[in-house]
Amino acid sequence: MMVMPLMNEREKRIRAKNRALLAALLGVVIMFYLIALARMGNW
Amino acid sequence: MSQVTSAELARRDEAAFGPAVGDYLELLKPRVMSLVVFTGFVGLYLAPGHLHPLLAAVAVLCIAVGAGAAGAINMWYERDIDALMERTRNRPLPAGRMAPGEALGFGCVLAGASVMVMGLALNWAAGALLALTIGFYVFVYTIGLKRRTPQNIVIGGASGAFPPLIGWAAATGDVGLPAFALFALIFFWTPPHFWALSLYRAGDYARAGVPMLPVVAGPRETKKQMLLYTLVLWPVAVAPALLHVTGWVYGIAALALSALFTLLACRVLAGTGTRQARQMFGFSILYLFLLFLLMALDRAPGLVSALAPGFGA
Repeated sequence: MMVMPLMNEREKRIRAKNRALLAALLGVVIMFYLIALARMGNW
Repeated sequence: MSQVTSAELARRDEAAFGPAVGDYLELLKPRVMSLVVFTGFVGLYLAPGHLHPLLAAVAVLCIAVGAGAAGAINMWYERDIDALMERTRNRPLPAGRMAPGEALGFGCVLAGASVMVMGLALNWAAGALLALTIGFYVFVYTIGLKRRTPQNIVIGGASGAFPPLIGWAAATGDVGLPAFALFALIFFWTPPHFWALSLYRAGDYARAGVPMLPVVAGPRETKKQMLLYTLVLWPVAVAPALLHVTGWVYGIAALALSALFTLLACRVLAGTGTRQARQMFGFSILYLFLLFLLMALDRAPGLVSALAPGFGA
């Protein structure tokens, strides 16, 4: 009976971690794009 | 069969779930990071010249991530003593919510990334200073000094003093004398700040075998040293005004705040309980925050001349 909630919580944490990682990667891509624009003097 | 407490069962459940996103954030020591980010930003803001606002934001982000990375590696190395101290035993590693290697990897990746981005986006002087700061905090303070000498936070305090230098270098590609004045301010502020904390946490440090000054030399000697450092802070705090980085509104405020800091150190010396030390610890954070805030405000265009004509930089 205790196994299901334990797995759900574990899955929830893994999903949250993956989302955070995706957001961080997207943030890095956007940041590098904006840095490139700023350094080229186009923005 | 051994008796297992409900707290131990809860801890095992938490460990079985694996680390949450919040545990990764906790590794970055967000409270320490906030002061580091603020002082780094002020260093960048006070530096001469113009920096694109986006690049300024990237520089501050790199300082924040670099400081967080150093904190994560510190937590990896100190997981054994963290488990012995009340203040730190619920951190992700001693609580068993995260594997040590995961914390070390996280810290190393962030450290490398922050230095690389700082170097590529701003300049390599700032990148090198950021690398030096992380290296100093991990190798000199955490591994070299903390468990060996009561002077750990005096020398190790340099790592917390670097951020304004990094901010300055990010803006100018160089570090000038005024930037070193900001460095000195944090460097001399660190001992009374940490010793105030260790006065009322001496039991924790003694249990963990960390030779903080109150543990090794006793509270009386620690209080005397704290008072001495607050006196040294008077000229150091005024130095930015003397070097014309700020105007005299800041200079006068710095003198007043330093006087208050010294007064609190006198009360700690005269007192016998922990209440005065707790007060001094709380005020020490406010003291540094206000000094850096006043430096920034003193340089804000038109603000001082509008509020107090004739006092501008």
